[in-house]
Amino acid sequence: MMLEVTGVETFYGNIQALRGVDVAIQQGEIVTLIGANGAGKSTLLMTICGDPRAARGRISFEGRDITRLPTYEIVRLGIAQSPEGRRIFPRMTVLENLQIGSTVASEDHFDEGVARVFKLFPLLQERRNQRGGTLSGGEQQMLAIARALMSRPRLLLLDEPSLGLAPRLVSQIFDVIKEINESEGVTIFLVEQNAYHALRLAHRAYVMANGNILMSGTGQELLNNDEIRAAYLEGGARKTDVGQAGDA
Amino acid sequence: MRAALKESGLASLVMLALMALMVGVRIADVPGGLEIQWRYADVIAALVSVFFGRLGLILMREGRPMSMAVVGGVVSVVLLVLLVIAPISDAEPHWARAALPFSGYVVNVLLLIVLAALSLRAVAIMRRGPISAPSQASESVMDRISASVQEYSRYIVPFLLAAAILFPFTPLADRQMVDIAILVVTYVMLGWGLNIVVGLAGLLDLGYVAFYAVGAYAYALLATEMGLGFWLCLPFAGMMAALAGVILGFPVLRLRGDYLAIVTLGFGEMIRIILLNWYEVTNGPDGISGIPRPTFFGLPFVRSPAEGVESFHSFFGMTYAPIDRIIFLYYVILVMALITNQFTLRIRKLPVGRAWEALREDETASQSLGINPRNTKLTAFGIGAMFGGFAGSFFATRQGFISPESFTFIESAVILAIVVLGGMGSQIGVVLAAILLIGLPEIFRELQEFRMLAFGAAMVLIMIWRPRGLLAFRAPTIRLFGNGTGKR
Ligand SMILES: Nc1ncnc2c1ncn2[C@@H]1O[C@H](COP(=O)(O)OP(=O)(O)OP(=O)(O)O)[C@@H](O)[C@H]1O
Ligand SMILES: [Mg+2]
Repeated sequence: MMLEVTGVETFYGNIQALRGVDVAIQQGEIVTLIGANGAGKSTLLMTICGDPRAARGRISFEGRDITRLPTYEIVRLGIAQSPEGRRIFPRMTVLENLQIGSTVASEDHFDEGVARVFKLFPLLQERRNQRGGTLSGGEQQMLAIARALMSRPRLLLLDEPSLGLAPRLVSQIFDVIKEINESEGVTIFLVEQNAYHALRLAHRAYVMANGNILMSGTGQELLNNDEIRAAYLEGGARKTDVGQAGDA
Repeated sequence: MRAALKESGLASLVMLALMALMVGVRIADVPGGLEIQWRYADVIAALVSVFFGRLGLILMREGRPMSMAVVGGVVSVVLLVLLVIAPISDAEPHWARAALPFSGYVVNVLLLIVLAALSLRAVAIMRRGPISAPSQASESVMDRISASVQEYSRYIVPFLLAAAILFPFTPLADRQMVDIAILVVTYVMLGWGLNIVVGLAGLLDLGYVAFYAVGAYAYALLATEMGLGFWLCLPFAGMMAALAGVILGFPVLRLRGDYLAIVTLGFGEMIRIILLNWYEVTNGPDGISGIPRPTFFGLPFVRSPAEGVESFHSFFGMTYAPIDRIIFLYYVILVMALITNQFTLRIRKLPVGRAWEALREDETASQSLGINPRNTKLTAFGIGAMFGGFAGSFFATRQGFISPESFTFIESAVILAIVVLGGMGSQIGVVLAAILLIGLPEIFRELQEFRMLAFGAAMVLIMIWRPRGLLAFRAPTIRLFGNGTGKR
């Protein structure tokens, strides 16, 4: 197992956001996590990165216990995250954002890394000297993913990468995710509201509600599950509604 | 309307509670001792100003700027006329002087500035309608100015530099002016040093003067106790200050924002109080005197040097002039300041400098990209403190005498004001602000005792119109990409 989350509980003060979550991800997989708003999806991704820290349970990455490591150490081991809300550095240019992204990577590979993410997101190349805060929402999303890739992670955590994007851009982003996974061998843990697309892309998927994992299976199994269809895919299977689901 | 009146009344009451004693009581030096003078008129004038100012502001906010524009405009004009007629000094009675609301001349000037600004803004709202954000227009104008300052900095910087280098040889440079220039450049250096902490790393440090003090005392003690020279002690003093920065920084850097500000303020005071009470080492409130002056590669600036020592003027075959030493000091601090500046400009482009800026922008995101926040902040704190320490040693050698009195909180506030006013992170902005805040009050002596007040007013105005500082413009550290030219 590349990433193993066992019995993890996380609190925000008195509020319990995760109530004993078990997730396991294998090398080379794309794993999707879906669930209603406030289910605890973002909290799970953040807890994997050590901020907030798990109050109980254990998280291990490539056999190593990372539950108590500080965030910046966890990143050094090869986990990168494109967080909810993108959190790019607004006053810094695209290139500078990418530079910060490459903090834990070796300096010599910076040019190479930039060339690589510019190939995935050609739009960013045009905007390379523009300040992050002045990019459009979609461009910021691309930058957030590109910045995460700059550290050459083996495991990439993506929190709602399609949020607020136009339908055409949504499929583009999903294509890029697939490409990162297939041609570069990066393992991907994807949180999505856009369940239809995300489940089709995923090798396996988890469904979360109220801080618990409700269900898991292959992407196809969940797509065919009536409960899931009713709760998360209401009409989402119809191509035209895909964009709307992303905006919800 | 009733609510507005009530709020204005409340504001004046608060003002009264906070300020009545400060404004209304004055301890005057009269023949035969001290005497308390009551200034009822000033208190009443302040009450009236606050009441109507508040009322006007409330009306403005509610989209009725008319009264503010008219009343404010008329009163401004009257004030302006009175100020022009009235003599600055109140030595002899004058009717215009008596008609001014406040007894201090400068306070009236401040009142005029605030009032005129408010009425102009009221007029602007009337013309543009209340919906459009009032600060938008001025914001963009100033932004354009700062962007063009940045653009032309290629020309402005060499010009400023040449002016600074040639300054002592201009006819302007009498002893007093060079002294003021030294002071200004010292604050420029302190501003650039603090800029690393506040501007780049985004850590609000209200106790910067502590490191200035550590540097000054480190040099003063080494020089007087062990007889070491300025140049030998300088690196050591810087190291001591950096060490103090790291030691103080260690426990407090987990705090963010306001909390950090409060704790650093406390540390600044603690250092001063230690200096005041550690009598055996620091000589307490009496301070340390007889601190040696710096030499020019071992050549002292004295008329008749000690046996076997050659002095600067005889070595170069010149006649002795006391101003030589002052000019030399000016160049010393200029070089030290320029080193600080170059250091900052370069480190911004290194990984650690980039990490500072990233932390300032978003600490959580920086951490999840692998930046160690504690160590990164500690380096910023330590390096900023080091430059403060260098400046402190210079201060000690220039004054020849130091005591804890030179390192009070107001110094920290002044330095911070320079950084914030200049536009956090802007190097030219710091120069501009230092000239404005240090140079002008020195030249216009009358403002001196109202420095705090002028500060307050300037800061409030800046916060309203330029929340990011006069010249807030952040230059990218990397531009091109491809053939390695712009890389890192
Ligand atoms: N910083 C915080 N402080 C307090 N409570 C929080 C904080 N962050 C999240 N929560 C709470 O934790 C729960 C889980 O939040 P989380 O952000 O993980 O949900 P989510 O599944 O990502 O939802 P969404 O799909 O809307 O992004 C919510 O009830 C939320 O209110
Ligand atoms: Mg979320």
